[in-house]
Amino acid sequence: MGFPDRIERTVELAHPPVEVWAALTTAEGLSAWFGEKATIDARPGGAGQMTFASGVAVDMRVERVEQPNLFSFTWTVPGLPEDDPRRTYVEFTLEPVSAGTRLQVVETGFAQLPDDSRRDTYEGHRAGWEQELGELADYLGAS
Amino acid sequence: MPADLEAVAEQVFSTLADPTRRAILAALAARGPATATDLADRLPITRQAIAKHLVLLADAGLVVAEPGERRRVRYRLRPAPVQAAQQFLAALAHDWDSRLGALKDHLDRPSPAR
Repeated sequence: MGFPDRIERTVELAHPPVEVWAALTTAEGLSAWFGEKATIDARPGGAGQMTFASGVAVDMRVERVEQPNLFSFTWTVPGLPEDDPRRTYVEFTLEPVSAGTRLQVVETGFAQLPDDSRRDTYEGHRAGWEQELGELADYLGAS
Repeated sequence: MPADLEAVAEQVFSTLADPTRRAILAALAARGPATATDLADRLPITRQAIAKHLVLLADAGLVVAEPGERRRVRYRLRPAPVQAAQQFLAALAHDWDSRLGALKDHLDRPSPAR
């Protein structure tokens, strides 16, 4: 769509979903590829923490755990101060394919209001905004 | 990532979180610069609300006010901040590409435990 609110990536991995699942939902798995250090309580509402090579540590909250097809969490938005409550949502879906697993990651939620108390009382007209965003994206693409 | 790019992107995302502001930006993008009155004619939003949002959008650097016909103020979309937000997301997407590559390498590594 081209409008800034979503990151989506898909890869095919030559390993069965059960192996990919372990890499996504265990501390040993995550610390082997995602960050330098990881802790995770892979249950809905469970806490986790990822520390990256840069030293930056990010707090995670597990959201959905639907073994072995879907695992998701929210985490703090990079670059914001520690006490900022905003988080993005990361969802992994695992699909068995003949070659192994098709893994998709989607990160969303970048467009959030900083504070619920500032949320506008005017709801606006939601229907058709997607078309309007398409036009915005086209305009930006053409400029 | 430069800190100022993150700051611009963060401001863009905050500003765009409101559907009314997205509608205003989309209207400016689709049909060019417009006054608050023009926008109120086209969108199901009161002129008062539009004026309020235009101030926020101008503060965020997403629109700029310019003199219009008959001394009315017209607002023009500034694409640079939205492009900055797109760059910010592109950098984060690149991070995901690196991580997924590392996941693949991790899985492909021969494991003595198997």
